[in-house]
Amino acid sequence: MNWGSWQNFVAMGGYGLYVWGSYIVTLVVLVAEIVSLTMRRRGVIERLAKYYAARRRNHETET
Amino acid sequence: MSTRKRFSWYYFSSPQSFYPLAGALQPWCAALAVLFCGVGLYISFFVAPTDATQGEAYRIIFIHVAAAWMSMFLYLVMGFWSGVGLVLNTRLSSMVATALAPTGALFTFIALWTGALWGKPTWGTWWVWDARLTSELILLFLYIGFIALQGAIDDQRRADKAGAVLALVGVINVPIIYFSVKWWSTLHQGASVSLTSAPTMAKTMLLGMLIMALGFWMYSIAATLARVRCVILERERHTDWVAAEIDGLA
Repeated sequence: MNWGSWQNFVAMGGYGLYVWGSYIVTLVVLVAEIVSLTMRRRGVIERLAKYYAARRRNHETET
Repeated sequence: MSTRKRFSWYYFSSPQSFYPLAGALQPWCAALAVLFCGVGLYISFFVAPTDATQGEAYRIIFIHVAAAWMSMFLYLVMGFWSGVGLVLNTRLSSMVATALAPTGALFTFIALWTGALWGKPTWGTWWVWDARLTSELILLFLYIGFIALQGAIDDQRRADKAGAVLALVGVINVPIIYFSVKWWSTLHQGASVSLTSAPTMAKTMLLGMLIMALGFWMYSIAATLARVRCVILERERHTDWVAAEIDGLA
């Protein structure tokens, strides 16, 4: 498939809005999931680190 | 009696031993996802020819069909692990089901969204309330319902059980989606690919679609493994090994 020019590729034979609307939204959704998973992992590690630190402090004050 | 050296499938049913396995598999699945999606996109736009009747609009097929397959397949996998968790009471099975739901919901959304954008130029409408589209929308609600139900129940074991029952009841919807184009008259075209007959499309188009589906498949595994690792850390936080793991990371 030879598109000839960049304009032709973007235009998608007049269906550019539909084709790119599909591909771009799909890309955005998948990237958003990857970002949210990265943030979730960071958040879990941060929260649990605080949780264990607090638990250790409680142990020290008890003994 | 099993000895320590004998391999056992039950070994990886423990969250503690599955966590590092998931961590080791995840980058490979992610790399394969990038590879397959890259090749799939190349075929979609630069190898596959223009469709005789639909022009370039048909190029939506490469993500639409792959996403729709994943939406149904992930639901079946989620239902399977929910069932295993319900019957055998294995914690990890329920965690995997929990981790699958958001990715499944996203692929269902992508299938509906790309379907609407494909329907407009070819059928003249974004949406019709016909069997295929409506049952796929119900699939999205099942995923969201599963996530909401699990999130609404504080007791983790009860949340897992309630979610599993919902997931299992909802499994009936998957064959309804799949066969809807045969059972009812609908705007949606029939299956382009089936196990019993030759595909009704050009070889390069089919190849692009299958490779994109493989890419989405690998992506789903990678995303689910990443999420299940978060779920494991959260739910097993009272164990010594998670405390040691966090100490090593923080």
